[in-house]
Amino acid sequence: MAGDQLHQLRLHEARRLLESHELSARDLTEACLARLDSVEPYVKAMISVCAEEALQQASAADRMRAAGKAKPLTGIPFIAKDLLCTRGVRTTCGSRMLENFVPPHNATVIDRLLEQGSVLIGKTNMDEFAMGSSTEHSAFYPSCNPWNLDCVPGGSSGGSAAGLAAGEALFALGTDTGGSIRQPASFCGVVGMKPTYGRVSRYGAVAFASSLDQIGPLTRDIQDCAVVMNVIAGQCEKDSTSAPIEVPDYTAFLGRGVQGLRIGVPQEYFVEGLQPDVRRTIEDAIHELENMGATIRRDISLPSTKYALAAYYIIAPSEASANLARFDGVRYGFSRQLATTEESVLATRGEGFGAEVKRRIMLGTHALSSGYYDAYYVKALKVRHIIREEFRQAFEQCDLLAMPTSPTVAFPIGSKIHDLMQMYLSDILTIPANIAGIPALSLPCGFAHGLPVGLQLMASSFREDLLLQVGHAFQQASEWHLKQPLL
Amino acid sequence: MVHLDNYETIIGLEVHAQLLTRSKMFCGCQADYQDAPPNTRVCPLCMGMPGTLPVANRAAIECVMTTALALHCELPLHTRFDRKNYFYPDLMKGYQISQYEAPIGRNGWLDIEVAGAVKRIGVTRVHLEEDVAKAFHMDGYSLIDMNRSGMPLMETVSEPDLRSPEEARDYLIRLRNLLRYLGVSTGNMEEGSFRCDANISLRPINASGFGAKIEVKNMNSFRSVYRALKYEQERQAEILSNGGTLRQETRGWQDDVGVTILQRTKEFAEDYRYFPEPDVPPLVLTPLWVEEVKARMPELPEVRRSRFVSELQMSPQDATILVSSRAMSDFFEECVARSSISQARTVANWLLGDVSHLINADGVEICDCPLTPDGIAEFIDLIDRGTLGGPAAKTVVEHMYRTGKSPSAIIEEMDLGQISGSDAILDAVRQVIQENPKAVTDYRAGKAQSITFLTGQVMRLTRGRANPALTRDMLERELRF
Ligand SMILES: [Zn+2]
Repeated sequence: MAGDQLHQLRLHEARRLLESHELSARDLTEACLARLDSVEPYVKAMISVCAEEALQQASAADRMRAAGKAKPLTGIPFIAKDLLCTRGVRTTCGSRMLENFVPPHNATVIDRLLEQGSVLIGKTNMDEFAMGSSTEHSAFYPSCNPWNLDCVPGGSSGGSAAGLAAGEALFALGTDTGGSIRQPASFCGVVGMKPTYGRVSRYGAVAFASSLDQIGPLTRDIQDCAVVMNVIAGQCEKDSTSAPIEVPDYTAFLGRGVQGLRIGVPQEYFVEGLQPDVRRTIEDAIHELENMGATIRRDISLPSTKYALAAYYIIAPSEASANLARFDGVRYGFSRQLATTEESVLATRGEGFGAEVKRRIMLGTHALSSGYYDAYYVKALKVRHIIREEFRQAFEQCDLLAMPTSPTVAFPIGSKIHDLMQMYLSDILTIPANIAGIPALSLPCGFAHGLPVGLQLMASSFREDLLLQVGHAFQQASEWHLKQPLL
Repeated sequence: MVHLDNYETIIGLEVHAQLLTRSKMFCGCQADYQDAPPNTRVCPLCMGMPGTLPVANRAAIECVMTTALALHCELPLHTRFDRKNYFYPDLMKGYQISQYEAPIGRNGWLDIEVAGAVKRIGVTRVHLEEDVAKAFHMDGYSLIDMNRSGMPLMETVSEPDLRSPEEARDYLIRLRNLLRYLGVSTGNMEEGSFRCDANISLRPINASGFGAKIEVKNMNSFRSVYRALKYEQERQAEILSNGGTLRQETRGWQDDVGVTILQRTKEFAEDYRYFPEPDVPPLVLTPLWVEEVKARMPELPEVRRSRFVSELQMSPQDATILVSSRAMSDFFEECVARSSISQARTVANWLLGDVSHLINADGVEICDCPLTPDGIAEFIDLIDRGTLGGPAAKTVVEHMYRTGKSPSAIIEEMDLGQISGSDAILDAVRQVIQENPKAVTDYRAGKAQSITFLTGQVMRLTRGRANPALTRDMLERELRF
């Protein structure tokens, strides 16, 4: 393979070449950095690039392999959303508030990947503190969709999806609170998985909404997703919400096909506002699964789905209002110092946070206020309970659910930023999985208006294996995941 | 104060006690921060760094369970942590992890004594939370020491059942003693590991309902709690009896001036916006876990006290004093186990008398001094056998306390054994009679108390070693001639 195409490799292909010594981690990393240099001015996927450290890590990975200590991800370059703490590498969360914040600690997922000898190319752009669906709420600049540079890459993990699709690394990490991995994966034509709540340690992910946040991989195909999940999943003593449930070898479920599996297609997800071409593409994909032997169940209903968005916009801002309270300019981050403590904190937060973050802090503060708590927060928790229960019942009738990831393909930059309701609706199909804590996956299943469309699969808690099994079967029968943008 | 008689005082106490755990509440930092240089017991979590997650300290949870059980509380099956939101520079995360709706213990009680009678004070709740950092306000700037940030803190809230500053003080001392007894806190008020806020209001005698509740903060000793409540009681009575009204507010005690000053009125009360802590899973206090904690609990002071009275025939007063210190009562039981039950009262007399005097003077606990139960048991035996007695015994016990040597070794070294041989005493008796003709004449003239003086002289001559009863007998016999 020519050196200028190495960046297009899928992770498992690169792994084979590394293992057979046809390729060095150093060469692969240099190829990704070179690609990054040429496309980054257009895509703007990154906030920080750690070229020097990456090359050192790559050389260390080559030594690790030479010493016979190579692991599955040794020497594989990756990029990580800039709210995953990286020791010694600034972690901005896309915010002025943390523009120069260098954490003293690594996120558990970063530790696990670095222990494998993976190579961290850099930190990716995102909506400020993960609040947004387009990266347009980044305090620095919006990222662009490699398939059409005038469009958003989705968000909030937009930089991770755009950078991966543009060939700047072989896989990426994102976080998903209401669709922040799946929606950008769908927009950029890559695979994105939000694991079950508790499957992957949240330690080191700067919290947005603690009961909804989950870290997950963005990859070029399902096989890659399984390999990364094998490394990042599992209980962690630093996160007491991480589940003490054993992690299977996810690659073992690939190739089992869909024969005998019941796939539910809940009509509530085929909403008003769903683009007709997106709908057609999804229906085609479901048809394909049926042709491959899956039983399609169209009688599955999740009637409370329509309340998920409202519940989300109570729970997430409420938790965020507390999670973001620590940014007071006293110990780290952006700081304005005025005559009194109170004035200083007000100025620090007033100037350090962007408009969307302040909007959600106010929303959450209000929802938790005495006199409103029961009407908002408690009610939202009741809705959450009902939605969970409906999913539980649905998974008694079927093994998986299939639906679109997003009602639309990637939209033009600037088209929704002034119509927040439209922006919020962009997550309407992904939010229910976060509310219920169940795993969900987006994988490329075709194009509409020349832009990628993502098929979303959901399963019951800790059944990531089913998502990967079905996703892999779909990829065996299609070539959508092999398409790459012309950049 | 005449006007005080027209009102009934209502007091409730909120007590914060730091727990004696090895590490902090939600991180692995060592909890021995008291003497550590500033900001040396810290990590990303207790500094409030983004991306960190709390992991609850099981030992701290068990300390609160122990206390809740000792206070006769109900322990719910499901309990959890909540976030209490407010901004202050000493609060690292902008919220404190506390317990709001489901505390570990509720509806308990603690007995106090009022005019010799037992009074039961309700305990509303016992819950677990984290302590905040310490801010030092300097001239034009502030310093923050984060060592204390995230220390496990237990809050015990009483019902408004206390009716006077005296009752409040008694409750506080008993609670402090209990926490020390259970080994869950040092209960040291001066160094801030035991803190008390009080709610106090007055109402006309025979009225129902409550008056405006005044919260008093910033009291750093038992004495200041008592003084602040006394002050508030009179301040409020003064206002009410002059036809004034009181509003709900928070006041701070100024110990040097002896007054409380207004800190915050109700209109500016914080809305803490409590909600369930999403980072710490709810706790399930399974019956098995509660039983385990119960099994590890020491015998409670009140149970021990009645056992001392019924089994060891001790006076209720002595038993009360003994059990007020767990170290002392543990030591006492060790001594009795090595002696006999019939010697228990003698053991108690020595421990509560000379021994308490010595350890109190040095400000130490009995477990921290060289005295051993074996030594005391031997000491009591020597007294019972008549080998040791009177002033010599006092000297021996003090040497045991200072050196840790056995009583027999000390007696031998210092030649303090009691002289019961009649020859040696007779020599001393004859010498005293010869040297004190006036006292002898007085005695023979019928002044009986002269015998006491002469006995004392014999004791002086023998450096306290003569058996007092034998000495007296011999003096009487010799003087008859
Ligand atoms: Zn710490």
